[in-house]
Amino acid sequence: MARHNVLGAVLVGALALAGCSGAKVGDSSSGAAGDCGTFNLAINPWVGYEANAAVLAYVAEKELKCKVTKKELKEEVAWQGFGTGEVDAVVENWGHDDLRKKYIDEQKTAVSAGSTGVKGQIGWYVPPWLAKEHPDILDWNNLNKYADKFKTSESGDKGQLLDGDPSFVTNDEALVKNLNLNYKVVYGGSETALIQAFRQAEKDKKWVIGYFYSPQWLLNEIKLEKVKLPEYKPGCDADAEKVACDYPDYDLDKIVSKKFADANGPAFQLVKNFKWTNEDQNTVAKYIAEDKMKPEDAAKKWVEANGDKVKAWLPKA
Amino acid sequence: MVAVAEPQQAPPQVSQPGPQQGSRPIYRSKALIAGGIVLAWLVLWLVFRNVGTLSLDASALTPLHRWINSVNDAVGASRNSNPLFLYFFNEIRFVIDEFVTFVQALIAQPSFGRPVPVIGWLGVVAIAGFVSLVVAGWRVALLAVAGFVFLGLQGLWQESMDTLSLTLAAVVISLLFGIPLGVWAGLSDRAHRVITPVLDFMQTMPTFVYLAPLTLFFLIGPASATIATLIYAAPPAIRITAHAIRSVPHNTVEASESLGATWQQTLVKVLLPSARKTIVLGINQTIMAALSMVTIAALIDAPGLGKTVVKALQTLDVGTAFNAGLAIVVLAIVLDRVTTAATERRKLPRWAMFGGLGVTGVAVYLSYTYLWAAEFQSDVEIGSSIRQGATAVTEWVQDSLPVITGGFKDFVTLALINPLQALLAESPWFVVALVIVAFSFLIGGLRPAVVSAVCLGLLVATGLWQDSMITLASTLVATILVMVLGVVVGVWMGRSRRADRVIRPVLDAGQVMPAFVYLVPFLALFSASRFTAIIAAVVFAAPVAIKIIADGVRAVSPATVEAATALGSSSWQTIVKVQLPMARRALTLAANQGLIYVLSMVVVGGLVGAGALGYDVVAGFSQGQLYGKGLAAGVAIVVLGVMLDRLTQAAAKRWTN
Repeated sequence: MARHNVLGAVLVGALALAGCSGAKVGDSSSGAAGDCGTFNLAINPWVGYEANAAVLAYVAEKELKCKVTKKELKEEVAWQGFGTGEVDAVVENWGHDDLRKKYIDEQKTAVSAGSTGVKGQIGWYVPPWLAKEHPDILDWNNLNKYADKFKTSESGDKGQLLDGDPSFVTNDEALVKNLNLNYKVVYGGSETALIQAFRQAEKDKKWVIGYFYSPQWLLNEIKLEKVKLPEYKPGCDADAEKVACDYPDYDLDKIVSKKFADANGPAFQLVKNFKWTNEDQNTVAKYIAEDKMKPEDAAKKWVEANGDKVKAWLPKA
Repeated sequence: MVAVAEPQQAPPQVSQPGPQQGSRPIYRSKALIAGGIVLAWLVLWLVFRNVGTLSLDASALTPLHRWINSVNDAVGASRNSNPLFLYFFNEIRFVIDEFVTFVQALIAQPSFGRPVPVIGWLGVVAIAGFVSLVVAGWRVALLAVAGFVFLGLQGLWQESMDTLSLTLAAVVISLLFGIPLGVWAGLSDRAHRVITPVLDFMQTMPTFVYLAPLTLFFLIGPASATIATLIYAAPPAIRITAHAIRSVPHNTVEASESLGATWQQTLVKVLLPSARKTIVLGINQTIMAALSMVTIAALIDAPGLGKTVVKALQTLDVGTAFNAGLAIVVLAIVLDRVTTAATERRKLPRWAMFGGLGVTGVAVYLSYTYLWAAEFQSDVEIGSSIRQGATAVTEWVQDSLPVITGGFKDFVTLALINPLQALLAESPWFVVALVIVAFSFLIGGLRPAVVSAVCLGLLVATGLWQDSMITLASTLVATILVMVLGVVVGVWMGRSRRADRVIRPVLDAGQVMPAFVYLVPFLALFSASRFTAIIAAVVFAAPVAIKIIADGVRAVSPATVEAATALGSSSWQTIVKVQLPMARRALTLAANQGLIYVLSMVVVGGLVGAGALGYDVVAGFSQGQLYGKGLAAGVAIVVLGVMLDRLTQAAAKRWTN
């Protein structure tokens, strides 16, 4: 008997609790979708990309009433998605001649949708304190003079040149050899490894030289200085083994799937028209990386302050 | 989480000639021969240093690597026209996608036109509590409820449920195939022989190698993420089920057969019930393995906590990454304790059964109907304090310790890593190969020697000999550290229940906390270096070794230990003379598992400065033209794993007999 009482009490109590409480599921309504349909946007894993994508997604949702699906993918996987119809757009592409050849020229599943307006730079960087105390280090001709200072447990009796994320093409091994530098390329293997190295170098005045790139959110925090390598001339990097010149400047562009471009819907128009500057991207990237804002909120803040720029991207009705 | 508790089956009593005393001189002569080999190696190294090392630049390729690239490209190009894709892979993808999406609709994602999932947080907590109560008892049920509420308080309810959905889906599919396969491998020796190398391959092949191709076969989405997870998670279920079936005593089976039971009756009525306890342990290992894949699967858009971790690390936000990592640990501990306790049979009183069912039903109904029970909203939010706390600790560690830790790194590198690496990677390849084959013969006899020779041949064929040797050197150093930690902490835990209770959750955390969460501060402490990679491997591999050794030490009969103490042995003497020698089998198993676990961290090592094979795999995942090389590096890791596994098993067999 007692047991039945327990059971009954529990049930009654629970139902009573239910009766006196709150809003029911389904009370609020969701916004209606426009004629834009679904927009599959790849999110490559770095903050600058995230800034581009956040602003585009925000505008597509608010202005064009698209249903934006963000897919977090590495570059190679994202490009592969053009063919399988699962990715419509990649909105910050760093060169990637190998992927272009494969997916634009050979498989013909992707097409370029023009520049993002952001200029990308790759090169060798040193922390600001080092550039200040030894300004001549910013010329590659003087690098051998300082090789001893850059020695680590990994580089043995040579200086260490720290390489990072293998996602970007690096010519560093060839460069070291062809410029007769007394350095050894050490593969950090990730952007995280590079950022930690530079942060510590600046804080503790340690000697670090490494492969890095701009725009990158870290540069808002630490103004790394680029080391001048022999000037880039078109074709000087044609033979990977014989490269002895700097990296080219990259015009970061947008790549979309062929189907998406041919359909020529409002979302494609938006992607095609999207163009801003390094400063714009840095602003949004700073909101995300340093102010820890959600990408949506960061995009909202920027869009609201830059209405005229956004207006130029919208499809002409 | 690789290669689980490979059968501690009673080693077959192959007639080992010679009584115990007679083997002493044999050991001595073997030691002499081993010394001779090492001496010869040193001399040859001095003479032939840097000759015939088969080195390959980071961006250089061999014809084999190019050929793999072209195959990969051809598969990609034919995807939309190939019938195999249209009618086979697409069907598999469809079924798995539907299944995962359904589970997500139940507990994680807005579904069926509703803004929230079918079952809200209150319902999920109640179900978790009730299921735990039924299979694992009161205490564990309380733990489960507390754990799930904690996930909500962390502000990660939806992410956690996404991760749980994907994990459950992967585990269910793993078991659907794994248990029948395991039973088959348990019953048939031939099946066992065929399946074992396949399982080795599934567990040691780095996920990065097949992640991109998977999305080609099964598209981006839940199906690919689930399949990536189950490739890694299914093997423990298969292995342990096979082991369980094999260790059912022969006379039980014979008795059943002599009573006229059919083959099927014997299986269902005798074999499976007696193997039940062990099979549940297999399920436990499968769940743990699935959870350890959460972050990697996030790289192909798997929903859940992994995404939070990956995203936070882009800005080196250790606090946020740690919070999400902690949620994974909480899920793992709850699921682990529930499944472990489920090995004991228990019976719940009827009133508790019905009461629990009633409460759960009401909770599910409430969470279906009312917003407060559907979405976890709470004024008490601990996620931000956890984030801030973790960030503060990380900053303190990064600011105050690097001076000491940097010196320690340099010391270990100079004294241990560099000499070993020089010997392995700078000697001519044929010298190293000869030395390894000779050692294999010395340790295990002809069979292991042949296995080693074949493996070494394969390493040469991958075109990555020198990288393999560099990775081998780091692997050996890491394994030594793992064993040192394993013996010290394992003996401590084996001797003290209290130590065990405190340390065990920490070990669980070490196994499932996504590596990169702790690697960020490690990078500050030890820079990008081989040593950092070794430490990462030790954090992941030591828990397994420690647990195995602790269990081994505890299993030594108390009577023996008491006798030793009564005879006046000090604690030290008891440990060294009694407990460790009697836990010999546990020690060898720990070494074997430690090695395999260390190898499964090679790729993570590549992300923090290890270079060599780990970096090759990472680069292959990131750059199309390096894909073939990455795959070859993955194969090299598998080959190293198989070679070391067979060698340690052979050594273990000799030593424990």
